Amino acid sequence: MKSAVITFPGINRERDMMLALEATTGHKPISVWHTEATLPDVDLVVVPGGFSYGDYLRCGAIAARSPILQDIRAKSLKGLKVLGVCNGFQIITEAGLLPGVLARNAALKFVCREVKLKIENNQTFFTNKMAKGQIVSCPVAHGEGNYICDAETLKALEGEGRVVFRYAEGTNPNGATNDIAGIVSASGNVIGMMPHPENMIEAIHGKVDCRPLFESLLAA
Amino acid sequence: MKAKIKVTLKNGVLDPQGKAIVGALGSLGFAGVNGVRQGKYFEIDVAETDKSKAEAAIKQMCEKLIANTVIENYDIELA
Repeated sequence: MKSAVITFPGINRERDMMLALEATTGHKPISVWHTEATLPDVDLVVVPGGFSYGDYLRCGAIAARSPILQDIRAKSLKGLKVLGVCNGFQIITEAGLLPGVLARNAALKFVCREVKLKIENNQTFFTNKMAKGQIVSCPVAHGEGNYICDAETLKALEGEGRVVFRYAEGTNPNGATNDIAGIVSASGNVIGMMPHPENMIEAIHGKVDCRPLFESLLAA
Repeated sequence: MKAKIKVTLKNGVLDPQGKAIVGALGSLGFAGVNGVRQGKYFEIDVAETDKSKAEAAIKQMCEKLIANTVIENYDIELA
């Protein structure tokens, strides 16, 4: 399982993501700087969290127009697996790889806390080691995580089982529509999520609830 | 030419910043504020001198970057 982690100016979770990928898959991911025009030959690309370009204009908007994103988009159409976490989710929705928008948190506050995530779809490359309906703990840290989309898109996401993660037990931290925390593309190879599973995989993190997510990559 | 662009949230899209401003205005003693919707304003200076060409280019810029048309509307004024 070869992977690459993309870094933009202002991204700050790339090292956590690389450590998590290495610890769980046994392969050291390749670090890719945003100005590179072509991806290395990998099975998975991760766009990590942070504050690319200081969230100027809209969170993720500038990074979504960078050269490397054009190559990610082209290769995702041919089946390359793409995972966007937090700012990465914002970036890939801005780039049009996933539908909808991550808008300002409904309560206006930046939220940094632990939430409960319900696994709604365990047939994806990032959840196949989970049970459907399983609830896990996962940290969130964002100011713009309120998932919004038009009614038609919402109907498709819900009807096709494309809501992968939902905030559970009243822990929706941002007002997201239908408690949506993460979704998958119709093609199944692009996943975006607001929470940070890379920060809940080792004993030092307090819990290891999210380790099976990364272990799912091995079976994918 | 210069374009003045207003980007606003579409009707029905929650505007928590606008709500916070309503609260702050109330605490300053401004009574009767029914609502605030916050938006963005851009001035873009382009070399193009033909008005229709400039307008077409600015529209492309709005569609591709300046606005996120899933939740935002934009309004262009050329001068």
